[in-house]
Amino acid sequence: MIAFVIYKAIMCAAVFLICLGAAAYATLWERKFAAFLQDRKGPSRAGWGGLLQPLADGVKMFMKEEIIPNVSNRALFILGPSLFMITAVVTSAVVPWAKPVNIGGHIYDMQITDINIGVIYLLGVASIGVYGIMIGGWASNNKFALLGAVRASSQMISYEIPMGIALIALIISSGGSLSLKEIVEEQDLHYANIVCQPLGFLIFFICALAETNRAPFDLPECETELVGGYHTEYSSMKLGLFLFAEYINMFISSAVIATLYFGGYNFPFAHELYAKLGLADGSVWISLIGFGALMTKIFGFICLFMWIRWTLPRFRYDQLMNLGWKTLLPLSLFNLLLTVAIEYFRGNIHF
Amino acid sequence: MQLTNRKVVVSNKEQSFAERLYLPAIAKGMIITASHLFKKPPTINYPEVKRPIAPVYRGQHVLKRDENGAERCTSCGMCAVACPAEAITMTSGERKKGEEHLYREEKYAATYEIDMLRCIFCGLCEEACPKEAIFLTDRLVDAQFERKDFIYGKDKLVEKIDARIDVTKRQTQAVLDFKKVKGLKHNELFDANKLNKGHKH
Repeated sequence: MIAFVIYKAIMCAAVFLICLGAAAYATLWERKFAAFLQDRKGPSRAGWGGLLQPLADGVKMFMKEEIIPNVSNRALFILGPSLFMITAVVTSAVVPWAKPVNIGGHIYDMQITDINIGVIYLLGVASIGVYGIMIGGWASNNKFALLGAVRASSQMISYEIPMGIALIALIISSGGSLSLKEIVEEQDLHYANIVCQPLGFLIFFICALAETNRAPFDLPECETELVGGYHTEYSSMKLGLFLFAEYINMFISSAVIATLYFGGYNFPFAHELYAKLGLADGSVWISLIGFGALMTKIFGFICLFMWIRWTLPRFRYDQLMNLGWKTLLPLSLFNLLLTVAIEYFRGNIHF
Repeated sequence: MQLTNRKVVVSNKEQSFAERLYLPAIAKGMIITASHLFKKPPTINYPEVKRPIAPVYRGQHVLKRDENGAERCTSCGMCAVACPAEAITMTSGERKKGEEHLYREEKYAATYEIDMLRCIFCGLCEEACPKEAIFLTDRLVDAQFERKDFIYGKDKLVEKIDARIDVTKRQTQAVLDFKKVKGLKHNELFDANKLNKGHKH
């Protein structure tokens, strides 16, 4: 029992640190990547090649003057960024990071918890995330912040529907399990889900962009129209939490996309590689290689997120809603229908 | 009535399916941005790498000393008169006995100030100077936090005896010949013989 608690505590700490570290360096990589796309060099002064920049940014955020507006609702004003940050981090609980490790006869999952409704948990926590923005923007008692908050919540609601339907199609075609671990193991046995769900992947990816408030869906913080959007009144580390949580969200979204559609910690010819290296099932090395593969995929998706951000201009709000309700929703329903039809004729589902 | 022949019929053609899909256009845009990933940025890492500058670059001024280490400036005020930005002010002092090693002639500049925020670095002070005392150099004026720090006094302008500043690139024969032209207003007070005693070219 004590061993179990210690193992879970270590897992939680490790995943938490990985999320924070990855998000911190995603902020640096975002700036670097933007610079490379724009023929610049990006931050290069703090540390070797700018590697200490996230640290400097953090110190800056903490040292700045903190202002809580008199007209705001103080408790909710503080709750907003906290909630946003918490939900961003909590999402990582169901992501399987690597193959289970066998240490001294005990099998340890490289996942904080494998709940059998993992996908629904993901959707649920992701939609709680908007409460952070909503509460923060509303409690600010500022019209721009409120507009940003309203935009964020209506955008999230609009894009969660096609996302959910895309996920239903995915679950139908990948064996019917809602557990992320089983979805990944299923892809290990057969092939990555992207092969039979390309349209679903596209829908899910677009919705993930919208859910994380990344460009071209960053209307809640649209500075040309709303000053700073939902975080207009925020300063110091509270603002930092909002900005930082966006990067955590991006990291987790990438992890979830990689897990659901690209086989998570599996990669093509993994078993051949392991056999050639002479690694038995449950070896630490298999876990590490798998973790590396997952991280590579996550890095790729983070780059894709950034690449899109620094290429596409922001949507107009009616375009955003049109895309969500008139394009993605019918498209995801069509994808669902198509998936059900294919699976029915393959004999995988019966009525 | 037709006023001009520049009338254009607005083309409002239906978008094709590919155009309405936007994905090809997005892919095209993303390829353009990605192509910039492999371009070398034109950035110059300033303090470490410096852009090459012309040998006659006009930067921060220097008040020269002669070969014995005495200040050349005699506080004649020619530079202040020539200055179009009115950046130069000075007060004169009289050399006392025993100060011959400090000041070259009987009159010298007790204070000499250049307001670097007013200065336009045109180099007219250098051109006007009959004593070859003031030169613009290839040094850049440093950034300061306050305006008053941009008023450079003699402490910053006069070259240090042990750290002479090389202005030979500016003091070419052509420049010296130009200064000898009596026809030019600002050379009227100029004594070529006196100069040649000090400088052998």
